[in-house]
Amino acid sequence: MSGHLIDLHYYVESVLSFLLGFGRDQLHGIGTASPAPLGGPLYGLGDLLGAEWLLVLLTWLLVVTVMVMWGTAVNLLVMMWIERKFYSRLHDRVGIKIGLPSMGFLATIPLLGGLFKNFVKRPSHLGTGFLQNVADGVKLVQKENLTPKSADAFTFHVAPVLIATSSLLVFAAIPFSEGFAVMRQVDLAGNSTNPLGILFILAAFGLAPIGILIAGWSSNNKYTLIGGMRSAAMLMSYEIPIILCIIAVVILTGSLDPFEIVRQQTVSLGEAVPALSLLPPTSSAPLYIPNWFIFPQIIGFIVFFVAILAEQERIPFDLPEAEAELVEGWLTEYSGMRFGLVFGFKWLRALAGSSLLVILYLGGWTGPAIGTGLSIGQVGVFFPPQELWFMLKVYGVFLVWVWISWTFPRIRIDQILHIGWKKLIPLSLVTILLAIAMRGLGVYA
Amino acid sequence: MAQAGEQHGDAMWINMGPQHPMTHGLWNLRVRVDGETVVEALPEIGYLHRGVEKIAEVREFHKVVVLTDRLCYVSSITWSHAYCLAVEELMGITDKIPARGRYLRVVSNELQRVASHLMWLAAYGPDIGLLTGLLWALRERELFLDLIQALTGQRMNQNYPRVGGVRNDIPATFPRDCEKVVRHFFKKLEEYESLFERNKTFRMRTEGVGVLSKEDAMAWGVTGPNLRASGVDYDLRKLDPYDAYAELKFEPAVARGGDTLARYLVRIEEMRTSCALVLEALKKIPAGPYRVKAPRRAEGQAFRRTEDARGEALFYVCGDGSDRPYRVKIRSPIFCTMSAVPTIMRGNKVADVISIMGSLDVCVGEMDK
Repeated sequence: MSGHLIDLHYYVESVLSFLLGFGRDQLHGIGTASPAPLGGPLYGLGDLLGAEWLLVLLTWLLVVTVMVMWGTAVNLLVMMWIERKFYSRLHDRVGIKIGLPSMGFLATIPLLGGLFKNFVKRPSHLGTGFLQNVADGVKLVQKENLTPKSADAFTFHVAPVLIATSSLLVFAAIPFSEGFAVMRQVDLAGNSTNPLGILFILAAFGLAPIGILIAGWSSNNKYTLIGGMRSAAMLMSYEIPIILCIIAVVILTGSLDPFEIVRQQTVSLGEAVPALSLLPPTSSAPLYIPNWFIFPQIIGFIVFFVAILAEQERIPFDLPEAEAELVEGWLTEYSGMRFGLVFGFKWLRALAGSSLLVILYLGGWTGPAIGTGLSIGQVGVFFPPQELWFMLKVYGVFLVWVWISWTFPRIRIDQILHIGWKKLIPLSLVTILLAIAMRGLGVYA
Repeated sequence: MAQAGEQHGDAMWINMGPQHPMTHGLWNLRVRVDGETVVEALPEIGYLHRGVEKIAEVREFHKVVVLTDRLCYVSSITWSHAYCLAVEELMGITDKIPARGRYLRVVSNELQRVASHLMWLAAYGPDIGLLTGLLWALRERELFLDLIQALTGQRMNQNYPRVGGVRNDIPATFPRDCEKVVRHFFKKLEEYESLFERNKTFRMRTEGVGVLSKEDAMAWGVTGPNLRASGVDYDLRKLDPYDAYAELKFEPAVARGGDTLARYLVRIEEMRTSCALVLEALKKIPAGPYRVKAPRRAEGQAFRRTEDARGEALFYVCGDGSDRPYRVKIRSPIFCTMSAVPTIMRGNKVADVISIMGSLDVCVGEMDK
């Protein structure tokens, strides 16, 4: 019904093979024309540029770079901006305002300065606030990186790297559309697959709390220690419901493949559940109720929603960094950009969490779209493209999270464990039971 | 303490203060925790001792108001008011205060009480992780500060009560402004209720947390909203009326339970009562002078207690016939409440330390004097 606009591997590979092929042809041309001692090596260099392995290697490197930039430079900033603007509205205030008009110094650029001339005259706080987070980052970079005297220096420095890399690792397996993903193969039918993608995402997600525990312990501070221990306790009680909920989805779909899970959510609910066959079928696109797993798995959706909220350490569950009692929790001792790294990656984890939620329960990148008749490669261009649908859903889920975060007080550690062990885990077991019953009794085709 | 150490081998001390987000001021709560449970809590106070009582001895009676204003910067008027009442008693002019002055004192006191409680609510929000509460409460506090500014000319340290009355009369539009603000504020109070007490998470954090029993509260000398939250109907405006309170109709807010939620409910209800009191006083206010000329010198001793925003404020003033007090003694409600803190804290979780201290409404300025 809808097509993807971005085919990451295909685009990168096309551009690279064009550039490399151009370089190879040039070198071959020069090599043939040059005299004996130079010509041979130059021609060989051309062969090297044209080699298949170099193309594959560079493609992977660039694909990973693009995905990291997409995650950090684009989405991290957008999500921070969304959160800060949205909670400012909840607070009945305008919020951050530093934007392009605040950058009066742009007018001093020698040649292009004329373009920004009126920035000097305008009040500097009339922007949308999008650059505030960039300014905060610059400020953090300028600050001194302190290491406490009594800290375990090695682990103290390793922990932020572990947290940051493990959060980025999640994006290797998260697809933003059928084509926009790092880990992706195309099977014989032309469908994207990544057979164990969900498993990889879960494994990468579970790494960060270890980094937090290390950070809390190595800072050698009572507040950070308590924060780290709380983080470990929360990991124990919230990873389990997440995994159990995913097992329920896997039982329904029979696959750990994010692409396959989304594909199964494109059919009409009437076709997936024979008992509901009165509902309009898939063929009446775009006006049918899709088989999003939120419908058969509503309990699982709620449990997953709460558990992934706890996983990100957002406010009702932000005990590891409870600023009222533990100053800043496990990141109390970090300063400068090292603090910025561990603090900012909270939003990256929020992005990963809401992407996972959208893929599992809200139909991923599917949505009504109209073909434009154009095509890139073999893929037709649709409007709106899959990426737009996906990001709309992701930001929508994130907005709900922000809304919850800023209207709920923080709950206590014993209550959080109580919710985790006595409510979420039994409920997620119930969803597994429901999923098995649906499959076993043939309610779900 | 040695015994406690043997019992809880792994317990450790945590300093919550002097620089800690919990303190709202400058003091230190040493908490001994066994895991996440508080075994022992020791408040350490005195960081902000400025010697107000001593400085007062070298100032003329009328000029001490400047110092008492600074006892608690969120509740200046009530403190200066308590001092003025004590000095009037010392000078024997209590009966000569004009009626308009007495009503104006009620109005300014109750406005200050609402502003103080809103500041408490604003601080209590972040204590339990609800930053929206901070912004909302400060937003409405601004309206009351505007009223106080219209009345006194200042947003803080108003220097408004005088020995013998108040400094100035109300502006012409003041009663109308008050009515507008109060009507608006009552609507906003319902919003607060939906944000705070109707929130399941808020109730989880406050219900049954930090229980201060009736007996303990009375034994430790806890007063004010904290005592009324423990179910004791003890309000000096009712029991030992001063100014025009005897002529006004109101019911002090009392709650049962003595937990954090009860203290919250009492303060919210008290804001309603205070707003109603302001309107009632402005309706009944008689015309006439608002101040009498007070003598410069006084001899003897007098004390007067009032219902401050935080409890029972008592001033003992002693004069030796000169124009300066021979001795001034201040009884700070929070100073006494602080002695009950170890009792309240024991057995609670670390996270609740903040919630409980927030609900007690500590003001370090008046505590350390």
